[in-house]
Amino acid sequence: MKTNDVLLQFTAKLVFFMIFLFSVHIFMAGHYTPGGGFVGGLLAASAIVLLILAFDLKTVQAGFRINYRIMVAIGLVLALGTAAYPMLDGKPFFTHYFDYFDLPFFGETSLHTAMLFDAGVYLVVVGVTMTIIQSIGEDE
Amino acid sequence: MHNNLLLLPIIIPFFAAMVLLFAPKNVTYQRIVTMIALLAATVSAFYMLGIVYAQGPQTVTFGNWPAPFGITMVSDMMSILLVLTTLVLTLFIVWYSFSTIGVEREKFYYYPGIMFILTGINGAFTTGDIFNLFVFFEVFLMSSYLLIVLGGEKKQLQGSIYYLVINIISSALFVIAVAFLYSVVGTLSMADIAVKVAELQQPAILTVIAVLFLVVFGLKAAIFPLFFWLPKAYKSAPTPVLALFGALLTKVGVYAILRTYTLIFVHDPSFTHELLMVLSILTIIFGCIGALAYFDVTLIIIYNIVIAVGVILFGVSQMNTVGLEGAMYYLVHDMLIKAALFMLGGIIVAISGTANLRQMGGLMKRYPLLGWTFLIAAFSLAGIPPLSGFIGKLLIVESGFAANNPWMSIIILLSSLVVLLSVIRIFIYAFWGEEKETATTITSTTYAQQLTPAILLVCVTIAYGVGAEAVAPYMAAASEALMQPQIYIQAVLGGK
Repeated sequence: MKTNDVLLQFTAKLVFFMIFLFSVHIFMAGHYTPGGGFVGGLLAASAIVLLILAFDLKTVQAGFRINYRIMVAIGLVLALGTAAYPMLDGKPFFTHYFDYFDLPFFGETSLHTAMLFDAGVYLVVVGVTMTIIQSIGEDE
Repeated sequence: MHNNLLLLPIIIPFFAAMVLLFAPKNVTYQRIVTMIALLAATVSAFYMLGIVYAQGPQTVTFGNWPAPFGITMVSDMMSILLVLTTLVLTLFIVWYSFSTIGVEREKFYYYPGIMFILTGINGAFTTGDIFNLFVFFEVFLMSSYLLIVLGGEKKQLQGSIYYLVINIISSALFVIAVAFLYSVVGTLSMADIAVKVAELQQPAILTVIAVLFLVVFGLKAAIFPLFFWLPKAYKSAPTPVLALFGALLTKVGVYAILRTYTLIFVHDPSFTHELLMVLSILTIIFGCIGALAYFDVTLIIIYNIVIAVGVILFGVSQMNTVGLEGAMYYLVHDMLIKAALFMLGGIIVAISGTANLRQMGGLMKRYPLLGWTFLIAAFSLAGIPPLSGFIGKLLIVESGFAANNPWMSIIILLSSLVVLLSVIRIFIYAFWGEEKETATTITSTTYAQQLTPAILLVCVTIAYGVGAEAVAPYMAAASEALMQPQIYIQAVLGGK
C-alpha cells in the first residue's frame, strides 16, 4: 500500500519557513533576551529535520546541497577568527568590540563582535546536528 | 601586563584542525598541513620557554577583563615545559603515523583528531581556571574517543566503550567537584581559589574536596585503585594512537594533581599529601605486578605507564623542592620515553605479527638497529645513569629520604629493578634465541620509515639525559615556582 503524505508535506513546507525565521530571530535576540547561537542553531536544524521527516533524506539533500562538515569548519574558523582578531590589535585574546551605528532602515543599532562569534556557534551547531542525523539516517 | 603569545601553542593546532576539515580525502594535504602546524607550534612553544625563563610566569586574561573575573591563561615554567614536550613528541608520533596508521584512517579525520587532542592538552596545561580546565579535558577526551574508535575493528569497539564509560563518569565527578569547590570559595580562577583557601585555612570540607579532586584526576591519571580501565582501553588502540595516549593522556591527570596539590590544597598536607604518597606507592606496586605478569609487549609497556605515574606522584607528595624538581624531570622524561617505547614496541609487533613474547625470537640477526635502539630505550626507562630516567628518579628518591620516608624510597628503587626486568624480558624474548617463523606484516621500506622517527625520538631522550646540566636551570625554576604558590598568584592577580 502506498501512503499519501500530501497534508504533511504541504504543512511542512510552510512551517519550515516559520521555524527557520524564528531561529534567526532567537539568534539575533540572544544579546538582550534568552536565546543565542546554540538555541538558534538547534531550531534551524530542527526545521531541516522536519523536512526530512515529511519528505526523505535524498530529496532534502538534493534541495539543500550543503556539506554540513564544511559548515562546521566554517563556523569554527569564524569563531576563532573573531576571538583571535584582537591579538593583532595588541589586546588580549577574545576582546570584543562594539559601537552604535545609524543604519538606514533599522535606525540606531548597536553592533557587537560577539555576534560574529555567535554566528560561528550557530553554524557549528547546525552542522554537527545535521551531520549526526544524516549519518545515522544513511546508515543501512 | 598580558602576553598573547602564550596562546600560540593552543591556537595553532586548533586552527590547523579547522583547515584540515576542509579537505579530509586529500592525504598529502593533510600530512603537509599537520607537519607545518606542529613545527610552527613547537617553535612558538620554544620561544615562550625563553620568555618565561627570562621574565617569570606570563598571563593573559581573556576579553580584557580584570583577573579573577575573566578566564586567565597562565604559562609558568611547568606549563611551558610540558607544552613543549607534548609538541615535540607529537611531531615524531605523527611522522611515525605516516607509515603505520593506514590511508583509510588518514582519510577519515585522523589528523584533525590529533590536532584537536593537542588543542585540549596544551590548553589543559596552560589554563588558570578550574572550569576551563574541565572544558579542555573534554576537548582532548572527545578527540581521544575519535582516535581510539577510528577504524572500527571489533577490539577497538570493545575498548572504546570501556574507555568512554569510565571517562564520562570521571568527567561528571569533575563537574561535581568543581560545584562543591565553587559553593565553598565562590570563585573559579585557580589563583583566586588559592587565596580564598589560604584565608579559610582549608577547613574539613576543603580537604574532602581535595580528595574528590584526587579521585577525579586519579581516574584520568590511572593511580591505584583507579587504574583498572587503562590496560583494557589502551590495548585496543592502534600503535601511533597508543603512543600518543600513553605519552600524554595520563600525564594531564598527573599535571592536574600536581597543580591542585601544590597551588590550592596545601594547608592540610598531613592528610592529603600522606594519602597521595600511600596511593602512589600502591600504584607503583600494582603497576610492577602487572608489568611482570604478562607476556604481551603492549601490556608490559602499558603497565609501565602506571608505575611511572606512581613515581611522579610520590615526588609530588613529598612537597619539597627536590621532590618537585625530580617529578618535573621524570614527567618530561617519561612522556618522551613512553612515546618512543610504544613506537618501538609497535614495530616489534608488526615484524613478528604477534604481540605474544613466547612466539617471538631471534630478531637481532635481521633487525640489529631496532634491537640496540630498544635496549637503549629500555635502559633509559629503568634509569641507568647517563640516560634520561636517572636524574628524575635520583631526585625523587632523595626527596623521600629528605622527607623521612626511607622505606618508600627503597620501594621506588626496587621498582626500578622490576621495570628493568620487565622491558629486558621483551628484549630477551624478542631479540635473542632461535629465529622463528614469523608472519611479518611490513616491508623493509616501511620498516625503515617507521624506525627513523623512533630512533630520532630515542636520540632526543638521550640528549635530555646527557644534557641534564643544560636542562637543570629550567627544572629548578619550575620546582621553585611550584614550591611558592605566591609567584603564581602574584602573576595572575597582580600585586595584591
